[in-house]
Amino acid sequence: MVNAPVVIDATGLHYSELNRSLREAILAGQRHVEVRNVHGQRYIGTNLAGPVRLEIVGTPGNDLGAFMDGPTIVVHGNAQDGCANTMNDGQIVVHGRAGDIAGLSARGGKIFIRDSVGYRVGIHMKEYQGKRPCLVVGGTAQDFLGEYMAGGVLVVLGLELQEGEPHRARFIGTGMHGGVIYLRGQVEQHQLGREVGVADLDADDRATLEGLVSEFCRHFDRDEGEILAGRFVKLFPLYLRPYGRLYAY
Amino acid sequence: MKSYLPPRFAIHRRDDRCIRCQVCVRQCSFGAQAYDAEDDVVVGYDERCVACHRCVVFCPTQALTITRSPLEYRDNFNWRPEAIEDVIKQSETGGMLLTGMGNDKPFPIYWDRLLLNASQVTNPSIDPLREPMELRTYLGRKPDRVEVRGQTGGGNGSVTLKTQIAPQVATEVPMLFSALSYGAVSLNVHESLARAAHEAGTLFNTGEGGLHPKLYRYGENTIVQVASGRFGVHPEYLKVARIIEIKIGQGAKPGIGGHLPGEKVSEDVAGTRMIPTGTDALSPAPHHDIYSIEDLSQLIYALKEATHYEKPVSVKIAAVHNSAAIASGMVRAGADIIALDGLRGATGAAPKVIRDNVGIPIELAIASVDTRLRQEGIRNQASLIAAGGFRGSADIIKAIALGADAVYIGTAALVALGCTVCQQCHTGRCAWGICTTDPALSKRVNPEIGTRRLVNLLRGWALEIKDMLGGMGINALESLRGNRDHLRGIGLTDSELEVLGVRLAGT
Repeated sequence: MVNAPVVIDATGLHYSELNRSLREAILAGQRHVEVRNVHGQRYIGTNLAGPVRLEIVGTPGNDLGAFMDGPTIVVHGNAQDGCANTMNDGQIVVHGRAGDIAGLSARGGKIFIRDSVGYRVGIHMKEYQGKRPCLVVGGTAQDFLGEYMAGGVLVVLGLELQEGEPHRARFIGTGMHGGVIYLRGQVEQHQLGREVGVADLDADDRATLEGLVSEFCRHFDRDEGEILAGRFVKLFPLYLRPYGRLYAY
Repeated sequence: MKSYLPPRFAIHRRDDRCIRCQVCVRQCSFGAQAYDAEDDVVVGYDERCVACHRCVVFCPTQALTITRSPLEYRDNFNWRPEAIEDVIKQSETGGMLLTGMGNDKPFPIYWDRLLLNASQVTNPSIDPLREPMELRTYLGRKPDRVEVRGQTGGGNGSVTLKTQIAPQVATEVPMLFSALSYGAVSLNVHESLARAAHEAGTLFNTGEGGLHPKLYRYGENTIVQVASGRFGVHPEYLKVARIIEIKIGQGAKPGIGGHLPGEKVSEDVAGTRMIPTGTDALSPAPHHDIYSIEDLSQLIYALKEATHYEKPVSVKIAAVHNSAAIASGMVRAGADIIALDGLRGATGAAPKVIRDNVGIPIELAIASVDTRLRQEGIRNQASLIAAGGFRGSADIIKAIALGADAVYIGTAALVALGCTVCQQCHTGRCAWGICTTDPALSKRVNPEIGTRRLVNLLRGWALEIKDMLGGMGINALESLRGNRDHLRGIGLTDSELEVLGVRLAGT
């Protein structure tokens, strides 16, 4: 049967064994695989491509879906560092939190994190032609959110913050020279990198945001209207070439 | 603001030879030659001349000579012209001085203080004209021991290898082309390097700007780089490569990142790097997923997982003060190849202060890394590729005797294509069409001719290496690797000899 998920028990499996069994299952025609008892195995899904759905129960290790090109990974648990590292295409949905540098250098695909994330999330995300990576964080983020960002869309919903509680991240968008960040909730100027501008959302921004929030709510069963009723700011790069005037010839 | 910079060079034109053909005017991409139709003369603008020799070489009547500017300063060992002119440039711009190519300062070049051995009487030399000489080099992790299944010695001979051998890459010569990114150099240069590597049975290195799809067919001869900017890194890029190299550092600019300015990011460069046209391509100083040896290991194995353990993973670092300890960590982190780039390694653009002051000479780095890995009993676990200013086959064979498995050649390859080391790479105006993405200038490198020149260079050097090997009574390069008994030092201090692990000539 191709449609019913095949189940792999990851107990005691080294990541290379786990990835090998995943690849074998997919080469055998499986399109839906469930991996249970995941305990920190790294690089899950890194060598997979195409329309495959992977359900992970447990805690996948670092570099989940690194270099991935197409599959959907749903994590029932927390993701650790480097989730979606240099991802080219695909989708990662985390029913929990994610660690540092989620989305590092991602060029495409979508990442939805239900709760909060660690440091330097979305760092150096880029975009190219039809590819535009989108990373939506339900909770809040730590320092250097969107650092060096060169493209893509980063949404931080701040759903874990209490009424009136500001975001805590500092140096948001330091070195940013492309892409956009939509932040729900309160953020002060001193929390932003020098290369970042603040603006209200225009109609195009709203449309992008609504699409992503709607997807987020479908994944995590949240109320779209309630989230969108919050106050959003748009953070954008002030300069496309932040380091253009450094040199003498 | 009036510039106080004096001209560096003087353009001399012999009017009796000049036929006003204006070749020099068309060839000079720095605007140093112009034709005045009214007076029917070609005039030179000395202050724009960079001494790249393009006009001199192409002048059909040899009417041109370029000399240093005869302008003298009062002698001052501290305030030499370069120091004065650097201050002038910075006071006029307020920026970091940018430059190209490798370190041009008079630091010791140890290759010139090392001498090779030759056989006399007791151990006959080998004539490479009549006997096979082996230069083939295998790059990749070697096992600690080899076990076989079945009976050795007699029987039906059905012996199979029990030890699993890590992926190995064979090259026919111990010279590989250094990382030169598309965007820094033109596509014609990349194509020349790729085709030459294919023809000569060696490898070229994409650098960090991705691989143009046109060159995928040379994948078997390609090392692809994964650098901090992750430009052009996607599954197909990793799949097509023979070796994957994580670029941590570069000899010309250890410890800092790189900025490819938006002007050089043409449509084709943008497509290969997978970024929008005209945007700056910023490579951050560190990889943001590597802050430790453990993190390096994580990326090494991510790449191995992503490519099914079919390709060696190389890690390139600049040679710095504690390279030996770092290299040990890199090997333990899973690197199959260590690429070490020394003080004289070149670049398309780097802050001058970094290029000229950071890092250590490759000779000392090879010796200390090789020694350290041997002491720890892990030298077999990684191949060592040395880089940084190799000028000829003698430098290369000495590097191998010191402990390198192979070398990267970058500047020498560009010189083969026409480069005269005028250090203007960072301007993007290379008159030889090498370090530029200007379509008109890029045409000056013809991939057909470029390939020939590069293949010729490799052939010439290979012949010389075989000759030197034969003279030492050695018929395989493998027997010279790390064989420092074949080297003697001259004019070196005891501590230099100790680091190099070489005895003084005459002892």
